[in-house]
Amino acid sequence: MSELKLNPYFGQYGGMFVPQLLVPALKQLEQAFVDALQDPAFDAEFQQLLTEYAGRPTPLTLCRNLSPNPLVKIYMKREDLLHGGAHKTNQVLGQALLTKRMGKKEVIAETGAGQHGVATALACALLGLKCRIYMGAKDIDRQQPNVFRMKLMGATVIPVTAGSGTLKDAVNEAMRDWSASYATSHYMLGTAAGPHPFPTIVREFQKMIGEEAKQQILKAEGKLPDAVIACVGGGSNAIGIFADFIKEEGVRLIGVEPGGKGINTHQHGAALSTGSYGILHGAYTAIMQTSDGQIEESYSVSAGLDYPAVGPQHTHLQQTGRAEYVAVNDDEALAAFQHLAMAEGIIPALESSHALAHALKMAKDATEPMVLLVNLSGRGDKDLSHVHSILAEQAADQTANKAAEGAH
Amino acid sequence: MQRYQQMFNRLAAEQRGAFVPFVTVGDPGPELSFEIIKTLIDGGADALELGIPFSDPIADGPTIQNANIRAMAAGVTPAISFEIIRKIREYNADIPIGLLLYSNLVMARGLDNFYSQAAAAGVDSVLIADVPLHESKMFRQAAMAHDIAPIFIVPPNVDDDDLRAIASYGRGYTYLLSRAGVTGTETQAAMPTAELIARIRAYNPAPPLLGFGISTPAHVKDAIANGAAGAICGSAIVKILEKNLQQPEQLLSELKSFIQQMKAAS
Repeated sequence: MSELKLNPYFGQYGGMFVPQLLVPALKQLEQAFVDALQDPAFDAEFQQLLTEYAGRPTPLTLCRNLSPNPLVKIYMKREDLLHGGAHKTNQVLGQALLTKRMGKKEVIAETGAGQHGVATALACALLGLKCRIYMGAKDIDRQQPNVFRMKLMGATVIPVTAGSGTLKDAVNEAMRDWSASYATSHYMLGTAAGPHPFPTIVREFQKMIGEEAKQQILKAEGKLPDAVIACVGGGSNAIGIFADFIKEEGVRLIGVEPGGKGINTHQHGAALSTGSYGILHGAYTAIMQTSDGQIEESYSVSAGLDYPAVGPQHTHLQQTGRAEYVAVNDDEALAAFQHLAMAEGIIPALESSHALAHALKMAKDATEPMVLLVNLSGRGDKDLSHVHSILAEQAADQTANKAAEGAH
Repeated sequence: MQRYQQMFNRLAAEQRGAFVPFVTVGDPGPELSFEIIKTLIDGGADALELGIPFSDPIADGPTIQNANIRAMAAGVTPAISFEIIRKIREYNADIPIGLLLYSNLVMARGLDNFYSQAAAAGVDSVLIADVPLHESKMFRQAAMAHDIAPIFIVPPNVDDDDLRAIASYGRGYTYLLSRAGVTGTETQAAMPTAELIARIRAYNPAPPLLGFGISTPAHVKDAIANGAAGAICGSAIVKILEKNLQQPEQLLSELKSFIQQMKAAS
């Protein structure tokens, strides 16, 4: 057993719970990552891609009209303006460079809403890698525009019909593929979850979000924010914006999980809010499970948050009390989605709308001046037809209810 | 876990290898599953390898994934699985019974509790598909505390350090992977060379049984000829179940004849 270079655990969470067969591939990745961090040429190439291709740094925007309370300023870190439409682009560029560094020419990825798939496809097109992307059959139906985007950029999209046909099953299938193809393929995991070293790699390749935001808000306000708020599915945008603030103990870190139809129902994706721990996809962390340990299906209006586990560092941050995690329901997220569009002329991703919804709640309740920093992790273009049909349905229901009332 | 040693001693005296069939417990339902496992024994299995149904079997190909889905759809829980295994142990006191499952089923019951229940049901070994060597400490200690053999996997890309650790921690038998990938007959077993098996055996681990892609008597024969102590066959057996779900009698007779042929090659 050759030793690992980095600690695979965050407190007691994390680890590398994979078939023995995959251990050498994870160790190779860890080694490549450790070497890359010490190589100025790697950093130079990564930085160049981030600025000249992806569009970093992204702006920090002070909302002009959104805040319901004059005591509260809401700033948004604009990852929605990044090439690709979300923060996902940051870390895939890093992992694509690692792939080349390992001499691998093929990439495997999983995707739920299609955002990580699109990011993977664009990075692979740019850097000359061949990629195949596993996507739940149900998600393929729900996210046709993203499927077309991936194909346009040369990716092969493979439908997964096993299980519930969503993100969890796509991860399973990607891991199965990797266990046969690790010698030539890199598994480009899309979030800060999974086995070591993925949670660490993804954090390191996303932490510029928080580093930039910290400098930007210091410049604008002359002080740190009172709270940093981000949505949490697997947790990559949240860990990206939290990382540089963890040591700033005066700053509250708040992760917002998808409450779906309510965390008292079974239809949500709020693993941390339910307080149950186990092993899924290689890590010991908060997961949604039955008392027997079978993994439960998650649910959220936002496909990007629809995952029954969370990255292990978030579980650790929750356990140590350094970060707080709350849940926001579908309806609250949908309201925030529309509110931001109306108030600021920005259409956010449904994922990011969860973080916004919580910021709005905090603002409403504030009795003292407060500065909030929200990670606007992605834009809402991908969600337009989904939200349109939900709103149309709601309007039809209201009309039907009125008609029924009138008949009495 | 002494049953493995007794089995290997008996086979050594007969100058034969072990044939070890795998099925998922409770597939396609508890009652028929019991009959299926009995048939494996009656057909000549030297030991049994039994899966506990799990929602996310990442090391398994489509055939065994479907076996997991069928068993879960039939309401088979770990508790029901242990109940079926206990009945099998009553039916045959001597055959080694190994479990093959995923870590979260063990975690959810609590390690000590899980291994205690497994021991009470008559289980001899436990292989956890998603626990590699360096995460295995608490699992193998709990196993040993209940006289259950912790089983380790030797993949084709194994290094010498891992072989040394597997020889030191493993008991019962060693699961030798014929190839990379997941379980299933889609990709045939790639026979490890006699040199590779000799290199592994030089570390003196528990006897190596070859698995993944074993689907014909010739595979069993070659595995043993190249120095393995026997072979494990799963997906090819589960395919017989899959094909005959509506005709249990045909299922059991086809199964028995397949097991007999595979055993004859050992």
